[in-house]
Amino acid sequence: MSATEFHRPELVCPAGTPAAARAAVDAGADAVYCGLQNATNARNFPGLNFTEEEIAETADYVHGRGAKILLAVNTFPPAGKFDLWRGAIDLAVRRGIDAVIVADIGVAAYASSRYPALRMHLSVQAGASSPEAIRFYCEEFGVKRVVLPRMLTVSEIADIHRQIPCEIEAFVFGNIGMMAEGRCSLTNYATGVSTNMDGICSAAGDVHYDEDAAGNLTVRLGNFVLDRFGCNESAGYPTICKGRYSCSARTEPYYAFEEPVTLNLSALLPDLMRAGVTALKIEGRQRSRAYVKAVVAAFRKAVDDIGAGKEARLADLIALTEGYRETEGAFRSKTWR
Amino acid sequence: MAIGQEKAELTLGPVLFNWQPERWRDFYYRIADEAPVGTVYLGEAICSKRGPFFDPYYEPVVERLTAGGKTVAFSTLSEVMLRLDRQMIERVCASPDLLVEANDASAVFYLRGRPHHIGPFMNVYNEQAALALVQRGARNICVPTEMPASALRELCAAVRTHMVTIEAQVFGRMSLALSARCYHARAHGRTKDSCQFVCENDPDGLDLKALDGRSFLTINGIQTLSYDYLNLIRQVPDLCAMGVARLRLSPHTCDMVAVASAFRDVLDRRIEPDEGMQRLNALQLSAPFSNGFYYGKPGYSLVNPEAARATV
Repeated sequence: MSATEFHRPELVCPAGTPAAARAAVDAGADAVYCGLQNATNARNFPGLNFTEEEIAETADYVHGRGAKILLAVNTFPPAGKFDLWRGAIDLAVRRGIDAVIVADIGVAAYASSRYPALRMHLSVQAGASSPEAIRFYCEEFGVKRVVLPRMLTVSEIADIHRQIPCEIEAFVFGNIGMMAEGRCSLTNYATGVSTNMDGICSAAGDVHYDEDAAGNLTVRLGNFVLDRFGCNESAGYPTICKGRYSCSARTEPYYAFEEPVTLNLSALLPDLMRAGVTALKIEGRQRSRAYVKAVVAAFRKAVDDIGAGKEARLADLIALTEGYRETEGAFRSKTWR
Repeated sequence: MAIGQEKAELTLGPVLFNWQPERWRDFYYRIADEAPVGTVYLGEAICSKRGPFFDPYYEPVVERLTAGGKTVAFSTLSEVMLRLDRQMIERVCASPDLLVEANDASAVFYLRGRPHHIGPFMNVYNEQAALALVQRGARNICVPTEMPASALRELCAAVRTHMVTIEAQVFGRMSLALSARCYHARAHGRTKDSCQFVCENDPDGLDLKALDGRSFLTINGIQTLSYDYLNLIRQVPDLCAMGVARLRLSPHTCDMVAVASAFRDVLDRRIEPDEGMQRLNALQLSAPFSNGFYYGKPGYSLVNPEAARATV
């Protein structure tokens, strides 16, 4: 294949901490995305995220190396608390953030009317999965890029690309959420903490492990059992959508929604690049600096190899995947559905 | 406080499950004739593959509901992705005389500029989102099921002077998640394309049990719902006082006329909320009631309104 078939896609990488942001940029990230230490972003975990000063320092570092910094303001403010989200948008402008990633219509309306020059990306949390939905956000709020839900095949992505006026960002690696993003209240049902409003899915404080005498683990979220593991099984981070359950249609417990797997689209990178994807997104703001460095470096090399007409190899990434298993999810074939 | 209490209306949300078309038709005939509800939402909100089965019955059902004094609105698909999904949305929104409830931004794309409703899958949690949609023609907004009373109260107060009403679900299993994957098909070892409509065997959804045997969730095609039934009958006076204008009942196979009558009697102060609760308990549903989301607690929990008031 020739290099001219592709434009060089942007590699958008996770930064849960300033150190991770620097590691990502040093490893070849074109952009890093981060969040504040509050409910305004969908990875509102303890020990993660940025103060305003850290945003400013990181912006300096990132910009000094020709990369971009994006701020995720991608949760849904409950009425009465909108000021916190308004403050996040104001901060982004004040600190020279290159783009904000938003999901809520109210936040999008505020950002577009108050700061018409601020570049806005539509978060995957907005769940815009059709050309019409995407065009609604582009036409009404001036969205410049959409992060597509992880439910589409590559050919469907190519089809959407032809029908929308904005750029496409697609996930290529990391945790694969099985539920439509921005439309999941499972954690809230079990724990009283809302993924949409509080930015927390399956909070560590609500996860409990009970070990029996034989070393088998029972995992609970709040009061609900999500899974049981033998002492030799490896387990991913427990979420309701990756738990094992029973129902009348099955004789044995089964993964009713999805198995604990990690999305790895390295083999589909050339197809994604041909489908018109502008930016490739790596999930994992909750991951360590070492993880971010390794994944970003591997993808940097893969994207550059493909651009140079060489075969890309990403075998080493499997060791970093959850439960040591990987999937191409919805992207390769619709039989996944 | 009586403000809003007189005009609060009961609505019936769309049937979320895959009922046999004749059962579906007969259900609405009975609603038309007997249920004290003001607005009835029709339409397939979950799976576009199910849609065509009901086409022959829309006309007689709409006619009967209208004759029964009900306002009819059409709810759109909650997840729009495939060509078939998109065609359904375009078709429903094409007819300017239909009152449509948008459950996804692709429907709002077509409906903007003319009066329409916003459904519970649209994620309107705050006044800024509400007002942005009101500017584009929204006249009624049903909030997500996980919306706590504290935010609902603020939302109602903030939109009071605008031309929009707020609606909240008060009865039925709570929608918790949507997915591109069909979990009914998966449970039966099939895929969405080869599902053979197995969801039709579970008119209230398929129970999913945790490994300790406790019933937890309910599968309905691409949708995951709670196992418990939401029941806010004891919160009706509170909802009316804060200005919620429409209370939504989500259909199940239980006696929905009895459910509607109990809520209507509480709304009209013919009975106390506790008596309304007793009447709903007497229906002996297969799953327990819960109301946790309303109080900002885990959704499956059941909070006593007196106890909740005492702690505020």
